[in-house]
Parts: sequence; C-alpha cells; structure tokens
Amino acid sequence: MIAATVPIQRPGDARLLIVDSRGQIADSSRSIFPNLLHSGDVVVANDAATLPASLFGIHNRSGRSIEVRLAGSESVRPDDVKRFSAVVFGEGDYHTPTERRPSAPELHPGDTLQLGPLKATVLRLLGHPRLVSIRFEGPASAIWEGLARYGRPIQYSHIPAPLAVWDTWTSIAGPPVAFEAPSASFILDWRTIDAIRRRGVLFSPITHSAGISSTGDEELDARLPFDEPYRILESTARSIQAARAVGGRVVAIGTTVVRALEHAAFVHGSVRESTGIADNKIGPATELRLVDAVLSGTHEQGTSHHKLLGAFVDESTLLKMDHMLQHHRYRTHEFGDSVFVEKSRWKSAAGNAHWVEAGDFSRPSTPLR
Amino acid sequence: MARKLKPEASEMNKAQLQNTWKGMRVAITGGTSGLGLALVRMLLDRGAEVAFVARNRDGVERLVREKPQGRGITGDVSKKDDIYPIAIQILGALGGLDVLINNASALGPIPLAPLADTNCEDFELALQTNVLGPFRLTKALLGALAASARDGGHPLVLNISSDAAINAYPNWGAYGASKAALHHLSRIWNEELVSQGIRVVSLDPGDMDTPLHAVAVLDADQSELKRPEDAAQEVISKIADVVSRGPIRLAGAVQEVIQ
Repeated sequence: MIAATVPIQRPGDARLLIVDSRGQIADSSRSIFPNLLHSGDVVVANDAATLPASLFGIHNRSGRSIEVRLAGSESVRPDDVKRFSAVVFGEGDYHTPTERRPSAPELHPGDTLQLGPLKATVLRLLGHPRLVSIRFEGPASAIWEGLARYGRPIQYSHIPAPLAVWDTWTSIAGPPVAFEAPSASFILDWRTIDAIRRRGVLFSPITHSAGISSTGDEELDARLPFDEPYRILESTARSIQAARAVGGRVVAIGTTVVRALEHAAFVHGSVRESTGIADNKIGPATELRLVDAVLSGTHEQGTSHHKLLGAFVDESTLLKMDHMLQHHRYRTHEFGDSVFVEKSRWKSAAGNAHWVEAGDFSRPSTPLR
Repeated sequence: MARKLKPEASEMNKAQLQNTWKGMRVAITGGTSGLGLALVRMLLDRGAEVAFVARNRDGVERLVREKPQGRGITGDVSKKDDIYPIAIQILGALGGLDVLINNASALGPIPLAPLADTNCEDFELALQTNVLGPFRLTKALLGALAASARDGGHPLVLNISSDAAINAYPNWGAYGASKAALHHLSRIWNEELVSQGIRVVSLDPGDMDTPLHAVAVLDADQSELKRPEDAAQEVISKIADVVSRGPIRLAGAVQEVIQ
C-alpha cells in the first residue's frame, strides 16, 4: 500500500475493498458504500470530535523540549478535562517518524510540564517511562481554552503539511473527546447520511474516545489500543435493537465502534443506553456478539486494527485481502482508502469464544488517576 | 442531555414554558453587548446552560463575574482560524448543543457609507462576520446539533438578521447585502437540514438601542428605539415557538424500520 499524504477526507477516487460473508473479495469505488446497505440495517458511526491533543512545551526539571500527546481519559464527559494519560516524546515534531524521535527526559511523579499556556503535573508513570498520567492546573474553562488555542492535531510523518483541526473533524463530530480522528467516519458527509437513510437504513452514532494509533515504541504499541471510554445513547441502543429485531445487520463505521459495541454487548449481554470503558482487545480469537460488518481504513499487518479484522474473517481471507490491497495499490493511513468486511458466515462457529483481556494498562478498577 | 418536550407542547402553560429552558444548551455569539448581552442574561435567568462568545477578553470576563454560571469564550467569528477553537470550547463547556444564536454582527464601513465609497476591506469584514462566520460556526457544530435531534431535542440555529436584509437603505450596502445573504443562507439551510431534524431561522429583531446602532446612526432618537431587553424577550418567544412545534420527524426513524 502507499501512504495517503494529503488530508482530503473524501477524495473522489477513493477505493473500497469489499469482502462479503462468503469470503468473496471485490475492488470497488468507495462512493458505492450506501448501495452495500439493506433496508433494516443499522449504521453505527463514532461522533467524537477530535481534540488538538499534541502539546509542545518544556519539562521543567530537565529544561528539555518535549511533545505531550494526550492519549486517554477516564470518561467522555467534557467537564472531565483535568486528567489524562499521555505519551511523552523528546525534541522534534511529527516530521520525524515517531520511532526515530529522541527519547523523552526521565519522568517522575511530581514533575511539572509547561505546555504553552497550560501547566501540568506528572501524577505517575503507567508502566512505561514515556506513558504518564498528568493533571492540568486551573479551572476547566482555562484548560479547554488552552487545548483549543494551543493544541495541534496529533499527526505523523506521512503527511508533510501541518493538519488543521478541521482536517480531523468528521462531518458528524460532536463531543470533543477523541485524541485521533475516528477516520473511518470521514466517508460520511451529510449527503451520504441522507442516502443511507433513504434506503431504509438507520443511522445512529455512538461517542467513543478514540485513542492514539501509534507511539513509535514497540513495547507501548503492543499495548494499543489503550482503554477508551464510550457512551451509547438510548436512541442508538433502540436503533440497534430495532435492526436486530427485523434481521438487519449492525454495520460499524470504524474499529472504535466495533470495540465499544462488543464491549457493551459483553458487559450487558445486549446493547443498552450505557457508558463504559472499552478495555477489550479484538482479534482472531474473539467471537463477535453484535457487529455484522465493519467499514474501516486499510491496515498494515501487525497493527491492532488489522488484528481486529481477524474477528470478521479467517486468516486466509485476511491474507487475500492484504494481497489485493497491495496489488491495487490502495492508499493507507487516516486519509486513505477503505475496506468493508462482512463477518464470515463460517466465523461465528461456537466453541471459539475467547474474551481477550487488555494488558496491564489502567482499568476502571485501577484508574488513570 | 437534550431537552425533551411533552407532546402537547403547543398547549404549554407558563410554568411548562419556563421548564423549556432548564438545561437547554445555548451558544450565543456577540454575547457581551446589545441584544446578545440581554439574551445571555435572560436565558441564564431562565435556567438555560449558556456559552457566550465575544472578541474582547475583558468584556467576557466582566460578564462571567456578573453571571458566574455563564461560560465565557473569547473569540472572533470573523476569523476562520478562531472557529474551531470556539466550537471546541462551546462543546467542552456545554457537552453538546441545542440552540446556536449567531448574533455577532459587523456594520462594514464606520461611519456608514454609500457602496461607491465603501472599501473592499470593510465589505469583506461585514461578509466574514455576518455570513461566513455564522456559516463556519454552524457547520462546525452541525454534528452536535444533529445529536441533539437524535436524542429527542429540538435543535435550532437562530441567525440574527435585519430589515436591511430586505429593504434597500442607502449607506447600509455592506451590512444589508451581508444580512440578505445570511437570511437566504438560513432559508436554504432550513430546507436542507430538515432531514437531520435541525431548524434554521433568521429573525429581524428591529431597530434597537445598542452600541452597534449608536455607531451606525449618530443622531438617532433613542426613545424611538427598542430596548435590547424587549428584543431579547421577543427572540426568546420565537425560540419557544419554534421549539414547541416539537421535533422534526427524522427520515429513517426507528418506527419506520419496525413497521
């Protein structure tokens, strides 16, 4: 695959690799997405708006320049803006690939960070020298202003020009609780949403605090995705129940939606109005309880997103998909092309149900604070 | 959480109408003077959750001291780069949005001038403030407004217009043309956003005794001008009227699928 290097959410020539429930694979144009939906289906997207979560500043004890990338919070409540988990980088910026960035200064609890107008204190390390829990000082309004005015969208070296916040907000963006864009939802402009609804398909977002996709550190990347809070509104729970009642499919836009819905289904047995913290990891051993199909970006082998697709299709289909993506020169990363993957009809065989728990990253019982 | 009205909303008595405002999430631009200031005060007194935006930080802080439950945001809607920082702060402060009031306005040339004597830059400022600013801010907040509709709310965008949008008053060219554009933008957007359950209305509050009017008409007889508080009362009645029509039935609603 080739990297998508320009921040255009809906390029006219975007491709869509379609994998149906029989394992048939087709290369298509992404604009046909609404045609893949049937009356009675429900489309669930993530309406989180993306915070400008990259903050440059100084680690006061060492005097060194740092970049702090906010990576997680405890809830999707907007007034919960004081404490975050964060990944700290050394000097430089996104132009340098994350794996080649200078290491961060040694961080200790009590260290103070000056991040533009924002002051933060390191509360503790979260099992890794670069992953910390931090607390911003001051009232919530000042923290929001600092983030809004001083923060930059988190970005990576494959896009040379600096991203603007509007590059990272989907059309449906609402609560500003995502740390990176829920980019699968870039496909959704209002015209597409209208087209989806005209087909008798329900459209109902959830809010999921999408975390960071890469840290450049092998050990940390192996822990991705970190815990992510989510909220499912009553209207969305009802839409999902209505679709299931008529035999419609639950179509998730993005891996974050798969993760949240499957977490809720696991915890509650079904989807209801709820908030939760998705600490599940989804992979080949996961039996999907709720989601029937996913529209996602194109993902490279070894990433957590790629592993998640293994819950929908078997390994040989996944290999065929990878081959097709290479062969047709699909674009990858957040502004790249997409895949639409239906759960294989052979995949839901009983007996392979495993709930793969998260690693040692903070859980509700061991809060980030 | 979005407001939920009773089905017989049109028959609401006064007590129920009061209840309309409690917890309603409202954002107002140009919130520290004239009509905007009166709206901020009245909506807060009625129990709404209000975020207000204005350019001058001192003015914002002064109003926050007067009304500590209000959430003040310093920003300039005429500047493209200010729009997302404003939107983030509105959504951070309120957690969502039910009503957006695009009230901030610019006259264009000061003192007012015939179009033939109007500098392009002054016309541009009127268009940036009165047309593009409301367009951009509304667009950035559409996701939150659509979420309000899905959650049983009655989201509304209220654009403050003027009779200069309709009538051709000499010397009011930049202002009148920009308000005419805002008025028509509102009508088209209202048609387009029905499918998302969002209403867009433009409203002429009449000639008011405000700082903006004082700059525009130096020799105005203040006794003939409407008090901003009276205009704000009318705006609030208009919002209540629109909201009391009940939610727009969303296309592809759950009921349709069940049936």
